[in-house]
Amino acid sequence: MQTINFLKPSRDNIKNYSIIGSFLVLVSLIDVISNAFFKINLTFFLPGSLTTLFPLITGLIGLNMMRIDYSGNKTLDSLNKNINTNNFNALLTLLILFSIIKALPQSLSWMIFDATISGDSKDACTGTGACWTYIKVWFRRFMYGMYPNEFHWRINTAFILVIALGFVGYFMKENLKKYLALYYVIIYPVIAYLVIYYLISGGSFGLQWVETGAWGGLSLTFIVSFFCLIFCFPLGMIFALGRRSNLPAIKYISICYIEFWRGVPLITVLFMSSVMFPMFLPEDFFMDKLVRVIIAITLFEAAYCAEVIRGGLQSLPRGQYDAAKSLGMGYWKMHIFVILPQALKLVIPGIANTFLALVKDTPLIFVVGLAELAGMLALAKTNPKWLGFAMEGYIFASIIFWIICYAMSKYSYNLEAKYKTER
Amino acid sequence: MSDPIIKIQNMNKWFGDFQVLKNINLEVEANKKIVVCGPSGSGKSTLIRCINRLEEHQEGDIIVDGNELSEKTKDIEKIRAEVGMVFQQFNLFPHLSILDNCTLAPIWVKKMPKKEAQELALDQLKKVQIDDQANKFPGQLSGGQQQRCAIARALCMQPKIMLFDEPTSALDPEMIKEVLDAMVSLAKGGMTMIVVTHEMGFAKEVADEVIFMDEGMIIEKAETKEFFANPKSDRTKLFLSQIL
Repeated sequence: MQTINFLKPSRDNIKNYSIIGSFLVLVSLIDVISNAFFKINLTFFLPGSLTTLFPLITGLIGLNMMRIDYSGNKTLDSLNKNINTNNFNALLTLLILFSIIKALPQSLSWMIFDATISGDSKDACTGTGACWTYIKVWFRRFMYGMYPNEFHWRINTAFILVIALGFVGYFMKENLKKYLALYYVIIYPVIAYLVIYYLISGGSFGLQWVETGAWGGLSLTFIVSFFCLIFCFPLGMIFALGRRSNLPAIKYISICYIEFWRGVPLITVLFMSSVMFPMFLPEDFFMDKLVRVIIAITLFEAAYCAEVIRGGLQSLPRGQYDAAKSLGMGYWKMHIFVILPQALKLVIPGIANTFLALVKDTPLIFVVGLAELAGMLALAKTNPKWLGFAMEGYIFASIIFWIICYAMSKYSYNLEAKYKTER
Repeated sequence: MSDPIIKIQNMNKWFGDFQVLKNINLEVEANKKIVVCGPSGSGKSTLIRCINRLEEHQEGDIIVDGNELSEKTKDIEKIRAEVGMVFQQFNLFPHLSILDNCTLAPIWVKKMPKKEAQELALDQLKKVQIDDQANKFPGQLSGGQQQRCAIARALCMQPKIMLFDEPTSALDPEMIKEVLDAMVSLAKGGMTMIVVTHEMGFAKEVADEVIFMDEGMIIEKAETKEFFANPKSDRTKLFLSQIL
């Protein structure tokens, strides 16, 4: 005997059921939206507790009526498969939707409708919303730190040059491709260093000297991240290979290095680099604080890179080593042509992870007095003229960091797809 | 009688405390084809892996083409370049195309010009009948095609000796034939071959000598006809009765 369950659709009546179901979901959404945006209670006639539960109940019934294993309708199927697999998931879906809707009006009005962007002093911000005027006024500081305003073009030019040089490998001729690694590992960093040294630091070619203490803001974030990323990868590779070496000396040096740097907190390393390290140097030997910090972060992150790369090396089957050896390849040829290309491909996600962490660790250099983006925020929010706008600053910084990190992770996905070959 | 191209004398090998090879004596003359058979775990694979020093032996001498293999051997790469090897799991390089798999070692180890290496590779691929797959990647090929590519890759180094480590064990029956065909034609071309295999049909067809191993020892070594017609030891008889 067929049991009648009027809440359960079948393939014959799915059309009616889905129309009624979506109508009920729509009703529940409209109720929540009108409540959140216009402060209108559509269900004023119901007793108090039912009013709050009303959208949830109608939504659940609606989603239940739409749930069927295979309807033939693509939209409905993907909806059921992703957010409406059972009553519990339907409940979660509704709760998440409702909380987003509830939170939207306040955040929108704070960020956009009630926000101020005109004017150029604190007095302009009278509304209840965010004070974007603060970001506008401080924008140059957030980007360039204490770097003199009239020289900002020097930073911009240097960055454009460095980025352009980074694309050289892209247009390199086929017969020069074998020097690609050499270019990126040695020549490119050196050129980039010279460009940044002569353009941003100045001191020659008629450019005024600007000490690194004045550098700051997002441009400093970029400079620190750039050099650390570009140096820590090859260094990590060397230690990863070293740790797997058959020569005991090399092996134990690598293990000591990796375990030492992984064992100390970055903040300690930064303090050491700026306070302790100069004491060990001869009197007449001077090394800039920024350079010391970059070296410290590079050495620190290289240890992490090394372990990630070692993971990739270990995941290769022994047969690959055997095959390369049996063809008469020595250690370096085997690694350069057979092992590393495969291992590095495997560790792209792990390396991307390490690099993202590195970029997000750069604000720590604030502890040694270098103010990159987050550091500049900390300075700006304690400025007596602009007290009380920490929130806007941190939202601004998090948006910028998010954009940088998302771009990096997107790029790593592209790399993965590009080097994917069936195994 | 010419000098043997491979000469193994009183060779012993241990993995930790476990002795895998016991007092191995073996001489292989140039252009001879040797088939090594025996139950699994008998040390066959280890024996041929010792011949190009993918495994190190602890006692005794191994002399390959006049060069003694030991820790002191400086240019082990040079000896390995003379000894081709085909593995059970193919071990093609998955990140390189079939053609690049074949040209990699000739270009970088033998310093052959790229063009010459490619011609040679295509020639070898043609011999194993996969020259039409040259631009594909190993993952796109069937097991039999991959194994034939592995044979071609080893041959591109123009080795004097070819070692086969159970080349057909990871293949399904239909593909075994295409790989064996390639090996038979290679054998007819006069290559020195040492083949670890359970394919007794192949042994009967091309082998000059058959070696039977068990528990790390060479139990029996005889000319092919003799080996199959009247095996001497009881262990060999038992093995043959089970496998044939």
